Amino acid sequence: MSVAPLAVLVPVLAATLLAATSPFVTRRRLAGIVAVLAVLASAALCAAALVEAHGDTLVMWFGGWEPRSGVAVGIDFAVDPIGAAMALFVAVLGVAALVMCIEVIQVEDNLFDAIALVFIAAMVGYCLTGDLFNLFVFFELMSVCAYVLVGYEIRKRAPLEGSLTFAITNSIGSILLLCGIALLYGRTGALNLAQMGRALAEGPADGLVVVSYALVAGGLLVKAAAVPFHFWTADAYAVAPTPVGLLLGGAFSELGLFGLARVQWTVFHEVLAPHEAELRAILVGLGVLTAIVGAVMCAAQHHLKRMLAFATISHVGLFLVGIGLLDADGLAGAAVWIVGDGLVKAALFASVGLLNDRFATVEEAELHGRGREIGGIGVLFCVGALAVASLPPFGPFLGKTLVEDAALTAGYAWVPAVMVVVSALTGGALLRVAVRVFLGRGVPAPEDPHSEPAEVDRDSEGEGEVSLATVPALLWAPAVALVVAALAWGLVPGVAAAAGRAAERFVDVQAYAGLVLDGRPLPAVSSTLRAPGLTGWLYAAASVAGAVLVALAALAGVRERAPRAGLRALETLRGLHSGRPGDYAAFTAAGVAVLGGLLALAVG
Amino acid sequence: MLAYLVAVWLLLAGLYGVITSRHLVHLVLCLGVMQTSTYVLLLAIGWRAGGAAPIFADIPRNTPIVDPVVQALTLTDVVVEATVVAVLLALTVQAHKRFGTCDPDALGALRG
Amino acid sequence: MSERARLVLGLGSLAALGALLVWAVGGLPAFGHPRGPYADLAPRIMLDERHVANAVTGITFDLRGFDTLGEELILFVAALGAAVLLRALRTEGAIEEAAADEERRGPGTAEALRALGAVLVGPTLLLGIYVVVHGALTPGGGFQGGVLLAGVLLLVYAAGQVAAVERVRPVSLVEVTDALGAAAYTLVALAGLVFGVAVMDNVLPFGTTGSLLSGGTVPVLSVAVGVEVTAGVTLILSEFVDQMLLRSRRGD
Repeated sequence: MSVAPLAVLVPVLAATLLAATSPFVTRRRLAGIVAVLAVLASAALCAAALVEAHGDTLVMWFGGWEPRSGVAVGIDFAVDPIGAAMALFVAVLGVAALVMCIEVIQVEDNLFDAIALVFIAAMVGYCLTGDLFNLFVFFELMSVCAYVLVGYEIRKRAPLEGSLTFAITNSIGSILLLCGIALLYGRTGALNLAQMGRALAEGPADGLVVVSYALVAGGLLVKAAAVPFHFWTADAYAVAPTPVGLLLGGAFSELGLFGLARVQWTVFHEVLAPHEAELRAILVGLGVLTAIVGAVMCAAQHHLKRMLAFATISHVGLFLVGIGLLDADGLAGAAVWIVGDGLVKAALFASVGLLNDRFATVEEAELHGRGREIGGIGVLFCVGALAVASLPPFGPFLGKTLVEDAALTAGYAWVPAVMVVVSALTGGALLRVAVRVFLGRGVPAPEDPHSEPAEVDRDSEGEGEVSLATVPALLWAPAVALVVAALAWGLVPGVAAAAGRAAERFVDVQAYAGLVLDGRPLPAVSSTLRAPGLTGWLYAAASVAGAVLVALAALAGVRERAPRAGLRALETLRGLHSGRPGDYAAFTAAGVAVLGGLLALAVG
Repeated sequence: MLAYLVAVWLLLAGLYGVITSRHLVHLVLCLGVMQTSTYVLLLAIGWRAGGAAPIFADIPRNTPIVDPVVQALTLTDVVVEATVVAVLLALTVQAHKRFGTCDPDALGALRG
Repeated sequence: MSERARLVLGLGSLAALGALLVWAVGGLPAFGHPRGPYADLAPRIMLDERHVANAVTGITFDLRGFDTLGEELILFVAALGAAVLLRALRTEGAIEEAAADEERRGPGTAEALRALGAVLVGPTLLLGIYVVVHGALTPGGGFQGGVLLAGVLLLVYAAGQVAAVERVRPVSLVEVTDALGAAAYTLVALAGLVFGVAVMDNVLPFGTTGSLLSGGTVPVLSVAVGVEVTAGVTLILSEFVDQMLLRSRRGD
């Protein structure tokens, strides 16, 4: 009897109870505490599921509907180590977010907590499910919760716009995803991931397979914020309340990639196996493009939350490279990196939220030097920025070296160099912000002509605007805890080996199908992943040094001395991020068309 | 085959409407058109020639019926999409109140 | 991006996307001959093992009941979300005043519309309840019936009974009902774990096909969903009606 479904149902039940008592119970703190307890319970259940799985995959059929002679008739939760680990990661981020909510969200009803609990439950369910339509339902549930939570501070202009473009672009993505699912159902007559993979493998990789891959990948990549589907991300992440931004930046987009990996391996791997090299090239190329565009846009930002959003996009590109290498080692590296980077990114979002809470602004120019009073947060921010640039021995360092090793083995020798440049740009941008805000040194940031007009609306119901003499513990404690967790993730021995074994499990789709559909037990797996070697340390040193250089160059005022053509190109790129849903929809359509076209060329 | 082509046409027409829309309510309804394309596609996939409705209240147990699974999927789909339209329209109402306009191209505060 | 550029990019992508999609649907099985074991197995299981005459409802609430939980939660969150998003710029008491104004002014709708609205309320209520309860036997179920029942609110409004609409609203009651419906579904799912083999297990007696209490938990879940959908859609509709009242009061 697996406890995995309880990890979804407990927060849901708590959310309905909070919503039911919302008109009667007005003690804000009480509701916040109930929500935190519910998420803690969910995290504990995810951890229990992970332990129960013991490195194997556990399958649990809802309603007791076991497969009938190899045909799946019900919905299952196929809890494999990577899925359970991702679910646990989401729940841990959820705990941090809801702890911050107690202090940050000051509306009188409990609905925010209820919706946030459902959001977390949906993400946990998404990681654990083994059925494609169930994946879609949880995908939609995550999205709707996110639309509402992002637009929660509706009194201001920016959240309204951010939420609208977010909702419109993601809806297009989910409609495309559903079209892909319909096509796959038409071909395979199944909705279970394992069964779909088996049924597809019996036929050729023809137009339907190619286009359904493009549609499904397109829908998932909209959520994952890969270029050119990424335009909504900065708009939404920048205006979300801090706890929501923490969950979005740390987990939401990364789950889009997780879904892609899951569907890619269980459904499409066998039927597309003859064309693996081309597929690898397409995915790695897409990842590199996303990483570079994200890094450049990140460095050009002066709004802290938008900067973090673009850093998230850029790193999603790097994770996509790891997944796109289409082997177990790359996947293991990407998984380790996602968790490590997510923890650090969440801590950075929390710190920026602190600054917002304290100074009512997140513009780099306005914050110049004002952070000196809360120097402790400055240290946290610096550490976080360096960890993003893969400072050893933090979690991101471990993940990055694993992916670099996998890339070198796969013959993509130029990828690690790109990764160094991208990490240096994003880490350097964050470092530059830390120095300007917390030390007050360096050339001040220019007034950003693109930034939103200053909001003089001071009586908002959302994040409290009261400047406090000291920063409340509920705000900085989660940030510190997250950074410590990222450090632990990199230091704990055996993470690499466990990730390697988990990834071998993940990619062994024949065994997965055998377990899910026929009940055959899984064979043992072993992994050859090692701890980072000399090349890993050298690349990391290069990124950290690069980050410091980028920060120093920016602080010394390199922008005034930059070549005009470069600045014009940058302005054009920034101009494309126009905030208009019509543009974003056009780019989404173009992205899916190009992806489909490339796949058709690769396969046909 | 015609049914499938109708679904494709609906998807493309809806997406064109979303891309070129100048009014938020129009945009949301074009999203609705895109959603109906998924319903048509799902239900067309499940059609069985000569099949009866999947209700066994008054037909013999062995009559061939159309695929009920896609109908359940479409039901889920309709609810999901309708709720998204509700949230989007709520945002549209607020946008009209705040900005006095429903033009999606006027949403330009978040740029760069 | 300029309008022209957007149009060119959009039309180009749509043309390419269209070509790809037509290529894809060419690979589907011939229209009228669905393939697949799932489509044949599912109604057979529902009929023989669960005694549910309506295969679609059986699949929705039993075989794929977990999906329905997710879908119900989407409606739950969207209803709460629409309420939160629409209430933000509203002051307390403005709605009551607007409703009272409307009442005083007298309804602006035509006599025929009001009469029809008044006449249809009762039958619609009955039909809605019938559809919800008989989900396992005839086309219908919690979702369809719930939406019908929520439509009663609009009929009341069309009938000009604005004050009655306000009385339907103690919004807290509607919110609470919405949440309780969702909680009920979750509890039945958990009951499957406690009394049966797994979460969502169908643990009530199955009855005979064609009778009202057949299918075990299927009619129970149908009613839970019916309650939740009614409350959720009513909440959404009433929030939008409030916005209309405010606008008409401002004289827009």
